[in-house]
Amino acid sequence: MEKVKITINNKTLEVPREYTILNAAIEAGIRIPTLCHLDLHDLKMVNRTASCRVCMVEVKNRPNLAPACATPVNEGMEISTDSLRAIKARRMAVELLLSNHPTDCLICPRNLRCELQSLAQELNVREIHYSGVKSDYHLDTSSQAVVKNQNKCILCRRCETACNEIQTCGILSALGRGFHTVVGPAFNLPMVETSCTYCGACVAVCPTAALTEVNHVPKVWEALHNPKKYVVVQTAPAIRVALGELFGMEPGTIVTGKLAAALRRLGFDQVFDTDFGADVTIMEEAKELIHRLEHGGKLPMLTSCCPAWVSFIEHQFPDLIDIPSTCKSPHIMFGTIVKTYFAEKNDIDPNNITVVSVMPCVAKKAEAARTELALDDHNNVDIVITTRELGDMLKEAGIDFDKLPEEDFDHPLGETTGASVIFGTTGGVIEAAVRTVYAWLEKKDLDRIDFKELRGIEGLREATIPINGQDIKIGIAHGLGNARHLLEEIRSGKKDYHAIEIMACPGGCIGGGGQPYHFGNDEIVKKRQQAIYREDLSKKIRRSHENKEVLEMYKEFMGEPYGEKAHELLHTYFEPKERI
Amino acid sequence: MQHTKLQKKNDRQQVLAGEKYEALQQFIDQLEEKEGALIHVLHKGQEIFGYLPRDVQLYIARALGLSGAKVYGVVSFYNYFTDKPRGEKLINICTGTACFVKGANLLMEELEEKLKIKAGGTTEDGKYTLNAVRCVGACGLAPVVMVDDKVYGRVKPGELEEILNQH
Repeated sequence: MEKVKITINNKTLEVPREYTILNAAIEAGIRIPTLCHLDLHDLKMVNRTASCRVCMVEVKNRPNLAPACATPVNEGMEISTDSLRAIKARRMAVELLLSNHPTDCLICPRNLRCELQSLAQELNVREIHYSGVKSDYHLDTSSQAVVKNQNKCILCRRCETACNEIQTCGILSALGRGFHTVVGPAFNLPMVETSCTYCGACVAVCPTAALTEVNHVPKVWEALHNPKKYVVVQTAPAIRVALGELFGMEPGTIVTGKLAAALRRLGFDQVFDTDFGADVTIMEEAKELIHRLEHGGKLPMLTSCCPAWVSFIEHQFPDLIDIPSTCKSPHIMFGTIVKTYFAEKNDIDPNNITVVSVMPCVAKKAEAARTELALDDHNNVDIVITTRELGDMLKEAGIDFDKLPEEDFDHPLGETTGASVIFGTTGGVIEAAVRTVYAWLEKKDLDRIDFKELRGIEGLREATIPINGQDIKIGIAHGLGNARHLLEEIRSGKKDYHAIEIMACPGGCIGGGGQPYHFGNDEIVKKRQQAIYREDLSKKIRRSHENKEVLEMYKEFMGEPYGEKAHELLHTYFEPKERI
Repeated sequence: MQHTKLQKKNDRQQVLAGEKYEALQQFIDQLEEKEGALIHVLHKGQEIFGYLPRDVQLYIARALGLSGAKVYGVVSFYNYFTDKPRGEKLINICTGTACFVKGANLLMEELEEKLKIKAGGTTEDGKYTLNAVRCVGACGLAPVVMVDDKVYGRVKPGELEEILNQH
């Protein structure tokens, strides 16, 4: 690697030639404030629009200041990051951004979590010297999942990079020109009229509150305090390895017990675990895979747990609509089970039950509103809140999370397995399915539970697993860009698999759009992943078909897995949709 | 009777639209390199259709493997492109610095009143579209009004009537 010698603030260092000034400064331990810049290391994606002008530095013999994030180093470069001129320029850039920014920080959804706000504080902005017209756009609240507040947009274009480069959905683009530039969909349509998958990748990288999830916390409070309502909560596998971060705990801290306790303190009538739904999903999906393998069904079979991914295939690959598994996603299955089996068993009118899902996901909000998933005249899942929203609720309720005791989930829908826990990470759903398919079909080595060849953090992976004399070829993709790649290879016949797992978010649900913000720091995602596998190992039962409460449910109520009643209640269908 | 007439007119329009798309597709097919050809194709599209309606933008997006948002982003960036139908005649009033100083705004006001439309709009009868444009590079003739390709210099408000009559 070729190196060049440069000095930053009189400190001499040697750095690779392809570095930017910002890369070099980070290595030298010198902080240059940034705003639009976003380096998603493992995804090999950098948002380098250099549009915010916050990282301006002075370079000797260069008349104008240079944006550190987008200026490459060269031999002998003398950089000064702390000159008065550079400091003033940075402050001016932030003041100009603030001059066209709403000043409702105190009641903003990103209050104290806003990068623009922290920057104003860091750069000592005490006065905004510029006054002028402020943008006044309509709030886009058209969708069930994402709110777009163009007035708070600083045109950093991170969302555009996430939507176009990483997810390849192509929903967001800069529109118009000059002061009237906005970021929006084609024809500036309301989000609900577009092919947005609501994966939340844009929400996860937005530095301000220009893109946020729809806030469903008030609805939960209302349900909890409605004496007529029997309120049941379920929590996804990925929550337990991330929620702690919102209370100052290290990434990767497992808080399953405290989570159950916290939900009970909030006043839910039953505290259940979506993992139960995940185990049911495996019962159905594994049977469906075996059925397709044995009866010449459509292959490969794709997992259907991820609603953003389901929406993606409906809009972007309508010709492949018959390959995903027809299984509803685990939390929707769970909602169905609560409103049928559980309601019947406990003699509660399902119309009086409110099911709340705590999800690491923004898309689950839109999924819960899909009418074809509704049961009779009520939704299977009534309200979806994200990990972040749950954190907000706990703080609002004054619950000292750290001091909570470890408690268990309620039963009978609280028993879970290691297989269901790993649903939270890329590779987990398919490993859970393989554990069961293997146990059902293989005649030898029946103790085998771990299929480590399916694990990892690479965006595209594949493995071949011999089961009962047949080589089962498995593909795994996370991030919708990778999913697109895989689907194109299947469509062109370049690759063939028996089963494929796809998750829309990089890392899977642990890196979900509704998780505590990690701004592309993949170390955090990796720690959450390790925690998931630790939790798996700590479980006594680690295969879905050995979950006693699940088996009991089938025996008492559902009948055969993949049977008639299961089809009616636990499966769904997909429809091709227009791409805009 | 009325109905059949209308039906025939619609059919004819559809055939016409089909031919237009065909012409656009032919243009795209003969491109050596599709990457980076968006603006080129948009120009052609606007030439063929007279403007760039939503369906044409989405058609171009699919043909070039781009997102609809990206195409609309470019269409909405450039003043030249329009996603609204244009009148038979396009009136451009230069509002560059020199023309502005020489009273381009008065010309605009008068035309807006005369044609009963705002800048960017098209008259009800589809005859005129009125636009404000940035400097056309004829500052010596300020203020400048253009009707299609014809340039009128040192225009006074009272002369607008006469100019319209010529078109």
